[in-house]
Amino acid sequence: MEENKNTLELYRDIAPKGTVDLLYKLSEGLKGISLVHVNSTRLGGGVAEMLQQLIPIFESLGISTGWEVVQGNDMFYKATKSFHNALQGQRQEITPQMYEEYLMVNKENANNIHLDSDIVVIHDPQPLPLILKKNQGSTWIWRCHIDISRPQRKVWSFLKDFVSLYDGAIFSLPSFAKNLAIPQILIYPSIDPLSDKNKELTQEDIDTRLEKIGIPKDRPIILQVSRFDRFKDPLGVIDAYRMVKKYNDCCLVLAGGSAADDPEGLQILNEVKQSAGKDKDIFVLDLSPDSHLDINALQRAATVVLQKSVKEGFGLTVAEAMWKGKPVIGGAVGGITAQLVYGATGFTVNSIEGCAYRIRYLLNNPIVSARIGKQAKEFTRRNFLITRHISDYLALMISMIKF
Amino acid sequence: MNGKMYNFRFSDCIEIKELLGIKADDELKLMEFIEEVPIDSIYYHMHSYFLRHFYIVGPYPNDFANWVVIQLRDRVLGEKLAAITPWGSKNLEDIREELIDIIDNHLSTVRTVPFAISAPPFFFMKSKIIEFDTGLEVADLKEFIEALKVVDASAIYNHIFESRLRVKKGRTDFSIWFDEVLGLKKLADEIENIDSYMYGLEGLREKILSLCLKALDDK
Repeated sequence: MEENKNTLELYRDIAPKGTVDLLYKLSEGLKGISLVHVNSTRLGGGVAEMLQQLIPIFESLGISTGWEVVQGNDMFYKATKSFHNALQGQRQEITPQMYEEYLMVNKENANNIHLDSDIVVIHDPQPLPLILKKNQGSTWIWRCHIDISRPQRKVWSFLKDFVSLYDGAIFSLPSFAKNLAIPQILIYPSIDPLSDKNKELTQEDIDTRLEKIGIPKDRPIILQVSRFDRFKDPLGVIDAYRMVKKYNDCCLVLAGGSAADDPEGLQILNEVKQSAGKDKDIFVLDLSPDSHLDINALQRAATVVLQKSVKEGFGLTVAEAMWKGKPVIGGAVGGITAQLVYGATGFTVNSIEGCAYRIRYLLNNPIVSARIGKQAKEFTRRNFLITRHISDYLALMISMIKF
Repeated sequence: MNGKMYNFRFSDCIEIKELLGIKADDELKLMEFIEEVPIDSIYYHMHSYFLRHFYIVGPYPNDFANWVVIQLRDRVLGEKLAAITPWGSKNLEDIREELIDIIDNHLSTVRTVPFAISAPPFFFMKSKIIEFDTGLEVADLKEFIEALKVVDASAIYNHIFESRLRVKKGRTDFSIWFDEVLGLKKLADEIENIDSYMYGLEGLREKILSLCLKALDDK
């Protein structure tokens, strides 16, 4: 407990002034309340990573917080993967057996995991039917992390019956909301300023890591960090860089996750390498999933950071770069528009030409870049740090719980 | 002074944003939904900007004007909507009526209804404000100034905007206290007359502090 308390205190000088005290004050109204989060994996993926960061802080506030994980078989995971894709608009063939297995596995889990807390937060669609186990007097919230704005109708109609039984649902963006009779709450996701990906690094750390990766420091760095995926438009980034390069000496770094287990990712990585050709100023980095410190160093060394997505969920890589005081140019899609206030905390663009123009503008206007970077950092401090995420959860719990 | 004596207690606030699942793709739908949505949604879209952007003064101080200008590229309507200030004797229903009248009049002058071709629609939301006591209590102007320097900006939002419109006091908590308890009517009027929609919360903090410091010098 003492150790957990110290965990929260570590954020006191990072979060906006008064925030840590605010969290203590909000939690006073929740003393004695128990909370459990349920998702489908303890390791890997954004949800598990977020829960690893959030739960110690809930505990440090004196809120007894459990974390349960549903266990399934191959057919279950195949079904939930198909649901996931179908909810995000991809055409999927889902057999009656897959629906049955999904319900059966959830029924088994409902008997095996602890769901008798005052507040139960179910993450994403995998454990959705656990709501059938709801106790009288408890509050159940569905936390949807994915974009379900254009789902496959049949799958959504099947899952909607479960969603409607919840006391409320949380979405990451207004466009993700559905026509539901239950309250739908907007809570943005967050970054942890103390994680390896975001913590402060010394200049020596940064230089050492750049040298190890082989990135030169003698000219401006244009950076995009994201997995090799068509929706992130890495080929468009290279085209934009080439337009910039006619006028400004710079290098481009495309840093993506490992594509080893993703056949499509591998294909796109090859296309990116082919497009980069023999240009010695383009660096295509296929980083391992635990390269958080390298990504941190690259973001801190960059002059301009891009997230030129053509489709995006929330796009927290934008907040990561903003937190490091960098001017970011992003595609005007998904959560990027919530992070980049045009001309104030960054720029959103709608084309390769627009992206190239804004890179040139920022490279040639260092005073503007510095001002935008500074505002971006403060905007992130207020809106996208884990401390804001916790305060949103606490406020929601206070408003929903029936005393 | 009219005999009321109480210390001023600062309260911060936190906003829970609720999605209504309603979206408008064009100006006609925008107007129709403005007619239908709960009044809290009108309040949210006229004010939430302040709680989202503490440090930044955006192009316009309400969501309707920003959407029309940025997404629909209709500057004429955007400028008219931006000019609505929920101040004076207006209540939220008056503001709803004003919004509808402006859009309706504008639509009667255009040949096609401006709509979002590839831009995001307008998503209607509402909010619930949870207010909580900071424990910070002051008894005179000097103490008030010191406290105002350090309170969270959400307290400024709470005591200025919430108190006037949602809690329907008609005046800011600050000016009520200055007038009724400290007998500083001039300062109360000056605070009341600040063009609050032209500042971010941090800008408002500075403005109020400067007025208070001047009043302290004049005493």
